[in-house]
Amino acid sequence: MGVAKYTKDKKDQIIDVTLQSGIHVKTVYGPEDLERIGFSYEKDLADPGQYPFTRGIHQEGYRSRAWTTRQYTGFGTPAETNERFKLMISHGQSGLNVAFDLPTQLGYDSDDPMAEGEVGRVGMAVDSLRDFEVAFKDINLEVIGSGLTINAVASIMLAMYQAVAEKYGFDPKRISATPQNDILKEMIGRGAWIFPVEPAVKLIGDTIEYSMTTMPRTNPVSVCGYHIRESGATPAQEIAYAILIANAYIDNVLPRGYNVDEFVGRFSFNLNVFGNIWEQVAKFRAARKLWARNLKEKYGVKKPSNMFMRGLFGGGGYGLTKAQPENNIMRGAYYALSAALAGAQTTALCSYDEAYTIPTPHSAVISLRTLQLLMDEIGLRDTVDPLAGSYFVETLTKEMEGKIEEEMEKIEKAGGIVQAVATGYIQRLVAQQAYEFEKGIQSGELLKVGVNIYTEGESADVELHEYTGESAETQIKDLQRLKRERDSREVTRTLLELETATKAGKNVMPYLVTCCKAYATVGEMTRIFRDVYGEFQEPNLF
Amino acid sequence: MEGKTIKVLIAKPGLDGHDRGAKVVAYALKEAGMEVIYTGLHKTVDQIVRIALQEDVDVIGLSIMSGAHIPITERLVKKVREEGIDDKMIAVGGVIPGRDIPKLKELGVQGVFPGGTPFSEIVSFINEHVKKSYTNLPSK
Repeated sequence: MGVAKYTKDKKDQIIDVTLQSGIHVKTVYGPEDLERIGFSYEKDLADPGQYPFTRGIHQEGYRSRAWTTRQYTGFGTPAETNERFKLMISHGQSGLNVAFDLPTQLGYDSDDPMAEGEVGRVGMAVDSLRDFEVAFKDINLEVIGSGLTINAVASIMLAMYQAVAEKYGFDPKRISATPQNDILKEMIGRGAWIFPVEPAVKLIGDTIEYSMTTMPRTNPVSVCGYHIRESGATPAQEIAYAILIANAYIDNVLPRGYNVDEFVGRFSFNLNVFGNIWEQVAKFRAARKLWARNLKEKYGVKKPSNMFMRGLFGGGGYGLTKAQPENNIMRGAYYALSAALAGAQTTALCSYDEAYTIPTPHSAVISLRTLQLLMDEIGLRDTVDPLAGSYFVETLTKEMEGKIEEEMEKIEKAGGIVQAVATGYIQRLVAQQAYEFEKGIQSGELLKVGVNIYTEGESADVELHEYTGESAETQIKDLQRLKRERDSREVTRTLLELETATKAGKNVMPYLVTCCKAYATVGEMTRIFRDVYGEFQEPNLF
Repeated sequence: MEGKTIKVLIAKPGLDGHDRGAKVVAYALKEAGMEVIYTGLHKTVDQIVRIALQEDVDVIGLSIMSGAHIPITERLVKKVREEGIDDKMIAVGGVIPGRDIPKLKELGVQGVFPGGTPFSEIVSFINEHVKKSYTNLPSK
């Protein structure tokens, strides 16, 4: 939605611009601004690929490698998802990004009463290894990496990914999975949580610990400022909370006797491109710098490449409108431009019809083309960090850095991120901001094309992605057949071992892999966690 | 019934966890002087109806972003009838394609508010509707 406040005089001249993070933009910037902020090339920027990585994590940026595109894909049955995967790969997509349906995300099997009406609706239904075997058939998992957009049961899905890779003869040491696996942001924003904060964070620690040795190319955590922003956080809060959340996961693994350099290099981030273009560019540059500094100064990380803020900068969902949906194609292109100008390493873009529905193949390809066009046609690969040295961009980057640090301090004062999530402090703050923002749109104080300005014209029809109950029926039948055919004694045995390990507080990952290989279902494994850990109690905001 | 505070239940049925819309509408209704109860996430239709009964609300508002608005609403309407509280106003908001609005109305939903509906529209719709049902009460 509209993202900055503009104060104008009677002649429509802009008197003031206030960005969402609270920074005022001046009419003109010059050398005096750099002086005012105490700008130092060595300390604030340094060359690309050099600490603090403000200019990007790679020395040659997109010259050496264009960004990886990873459109969010997956719906219906695993077979349908497999078809869609192959379509996107044939169009040049370099990584997969798997969407799961809600029952899977919340650990319910497709035949569970809680799953009724939801099976295969917003993503792929996964009940057992059988489903992964179908979904990843004929895909070279040592070449194509997979983002697994799942959190509460990410441990189970990562175990299943290892199981399917082994089944197809790939070496777990060479496969690359990126489970989203960020439960604290689910509690702030996206809502797909199951277990209470403490065991939920422990499960994430388990995946990090396990990946180190068994699947070293896995990126076990993708910390999502993205959804926090979608829920109403400012860009500064998005980064502040993301860094604090990442720290919470580090703090879970450290007491297990590891050195932070052993694992933090595999962390990745998922950040949002929706917003004012300058604020976004400054946000990404400041984020890279602060993450590197946080690791170096707070945790004593030594290896420079471990301080990289790697990740996906993309999406932009909240910026898309139902009104005049085709405008979302242009909107998405500008959002993607901000990510490219800031040197995003991986990206994905919401499709223009997403305010209505799951993207159709047609709209998903338009998004992919938008991203490809920036790299191959417009010139974003020409030079690294093209905006560096701009009086405005450098000043704004430094000011963003200050705002992010302020937001981090506020949370530390509220008892730290885990406490601030458990009590609902952040949820309340973010929801109130979302309300204020919505009022701004409705009153016209925040400008939004097609919504509160330039609203005339016909609205185009959107072709809707069809959901049919048929996929769900197929899925349930397949699950029932699986339950008849599998070795039920082996299922019981592996589940019992999982239960014992869970109760004993052991790392559950090896046990989950064994369960997956015995074709235990997601629901059966989750049931054990629910029984041992209990469920998250949502703080009351009203 | 003049002066009575309207009581609204904002509910998140099903497994979808996108609650920005639900919370924002809850704030708007509160600011408009209504009493708002928010169920929190992942509620079954039975749980929602139970809360509606216990709290004796005037309006049940469902927020659904997953696309499952038709099956969920069908179940809710059925349950509400079974419990004999079908005098309550039912509203649905969220990602609701225009073509589904007639179907929802047919099911017995009075107000359908797709994402982006102005707060003022929701507030005045509820105000008028609840007032009307009170006025009609004796003749029932």
